[in-house]
Amino acid sequence: MSKKGLRRKEIKAARDLKRVMSDYYYRMDRISRGEEEGKIAWCTSVGPAELLRAFGFEVHYPENHSAILGATRVAMDCIPLANAIGYSPEICSYLTSDVGSYLKGETPLSRLYPGIESPPKPDLLAYNTNQCRDVQEWFEFYGREFDVPVVGINTPRALVEVREVDIASVVGQLKAMIPTLEEVSGEKFDIDRFKESLRLSRRCSELWGEVLGLAKHLPSPWTFFDGTIHMGPAVCLRGTQEAIDYYEILKPELKERIESGVAAVDGERFRLYWEGMPIWGKLRDLSEQFSELWACVVVSTYCNSWIFSAFDEKKPFESMAQAYTEIFINRAERVKEAYIEKMVREYQVDGIIFHDSKTCPNNSNARYGMPQRLEKRLGLPCLVIDADLNDLRCYSEEQTRTNIEAFVEQLAQTKP
Amino acid sequence: MGEGYFVGLDSGATTTKAVIIDAAKGILGSFVKKTGADLEGSATEAFEEALKRAGLLRGEIESIAATGFGRKSVPFAQERVTEISCHSRGCYHYFPEEITVIDIGGQDNKIIRLDEEGRRVGFKINRKCAAGTGAFLEEMAHRLDIPLDDLDGLARRSNNAAEIGSYCTVFTATEVLDRIRRGEKVEEIVKGLFVSVVKRVLEMGALSGRVIMTGGVVAFNPIVAELLKLRSGKEVEIAPHPQEMGAFGAALFALERAQTRAVQRGGSL
Repeated sequence: MSKKGLRRKEIKAARDLKRVMSDYYYRMDRISRGEEEGKIAWCTSVGPAELLRAFGFEVHYPENHSAILGATRVAMDCIPLANAIGYSPEICSYLTSDVGSYLKGETPLSRLYPGIESPPKPDLLAYNTNQCRDVQEWFEFYGREFDVPVVGINTPRALVEVREVDIASVVGQLKAMIPTLEEVSGEKFDIDRFKESLRLSRRCSELWGEVLGLAKHLPSPWTFFDGTIHMGPAVCLRGTQEAIDYYEILKPELKERIESGVAAVDGERFRLYWEGMPIWGKLRDLSEQFSELWACVVVSTYCNSWIFSAFDEKKPFESMAQAYTEIFINRAERVKEAYIEKMVREYQVDGIIFHDSKTCPNNSNARYGMPQRLEKRLGLPCLVIDADLNDLRCYSEEQTRTNIEAFVEQLAQTKP
Repeated sequence: MGEGYFVGLDSGATTTKAVIIDAAKGILGSFVKKTGADLEGSATEAFEEALKRAGLLRGEIESIAATGFGRKSVPFAQERVTEISCHSRGCYHYFPEEITVIDIGGQDNKIIRLDEEGRRVGFKINRKCAAGTGAFLEEMAHRLDIPLDDLDGLARRSNNAAEIGSYCTVFTATEVLDRIRRGEKVEEIVKGLFVSVVKRVLEMGALSGRVIMTGGVVAFNPIVAELLKLRSGKEVEIAPHPQEMGAFGAALFALERAQTRAVQRGGSL
């Protein structure tokens, strides 16, 4: 395969995205400095954001900050500081990057949003272990540092089915948070406000799902690498009108690309599924490599993880418990496998790349034989690459590049 | 069959190999040299030495394919193909059936499975570290103060192999020195090091069909193939010119792609 010239195709909506995320961070910064009324809650990425918004909290996501640390490649300067105070290099590198950045007293938010000196200070921290255990320890650290309440949900994990007993447990824990949320926010729980928050969140997640679904088109109008950037509002602003407004700008632009025959990867030959976390510090390099190989990563577990179909304002607590418990990352192997298989068919995927993140076992699904089973059952080549979400010390660039190139050579055997 | 000469250059992390073939796929000349830090310089030198041995001039070469770690650092190559494809292609030339190719190189191991048509069914490159590669053996030879070339002969003097516990090169070095301190025989330890290499290979994936080994490690230490046969219960063979197999496969790609281009132009070589 010979090298082809790369043409970077800008998504125009990126300008609106920049504005939306900028407004969001500046608003939190003003609140944090006391220049504006409000309270800040820190929340995990699939934590009870809608409930927090129902109390008027503005919501900061440390995982988003960590992704920025990774994408701007400053995570490596931060992680060792967390290691030095006892947070092992073997644990979540989002946690060690973020804690390291706090210890250092520096944040890339300062460069992205001049005037912002640090992430917004929390008045409260709320986690859900539906994604992993590390988030609990991460938030406990800040609870101690800032001397603020930490509330959490410990979700039953690795479920085959989401049972009534699981929903009941999570509902109970959600309701148990309310007294603390009332005390910190200074507001009484308002069920209508909560329902509205859920309604907005569901609409955002429907739109995000529709945007992602456009990649089913051959050729795809965008790639997974675009998705990791444009998912910002779905993660950080769900439950708000701003997130909905943003996807109502992005969706028509991508539809227009389809109508005009504009492909994200010119001459798209190979359609791939990315399983696992992004390698934040290498998004552009990987995006370019795939493009050079005529390969488009059209679908991923990661971007699909912010589609919450179960939200139902008629059953606010139960549906929220359902939505946050039934997520991919919280399911048994066989459920995950069936989901990937479904996506492979819907997106007409030619091969699956499993990213095994050294420090993120919960998002690394090549550890219990899944690639081998899928290869056998679907007759679809699978590749496992070893890297990490933020800790590039775990990343062998040359081996990964060769692995990807060899994988595409293999796909070319059956799709010349 | 037409004329023309074709070159495969395998720019590996440890050694650079050049192989020149004719249109009948016969090898006319080859050369191996240490890569060092100058990838392009080493590739040029290996190429020129192979030309001398083949009795050819540069201008007589129809096409050059580069492979290996440094394949993008060979500016005079027309084609670039990964070493996974080149080792596969080269081995299938000699063994046109369902095979598993195991390449143990200076810095990585590969297991590649081909079906009976020579199509790649799967492959795996070693995870993350140099344990079980040439780099591991080099480090151990250095620690034991034994010339690398003597390891195979030394291991053959022992019936038993020490079971080395670690899979980390650094930890293994400590373990080896500890065993010597306790009076264990060097021959047994060295054989144990080769068993370690075999264990790393077996951990990587299942072996199916005929097992063919390539790469510099097995070229100079054929005991590795014997130990793999013992530990896997499979028939294991060493390919012809195992160290140059990647370069040979690359030369075959150079030939085949040149033939394809000629056909597309409506001619032949």
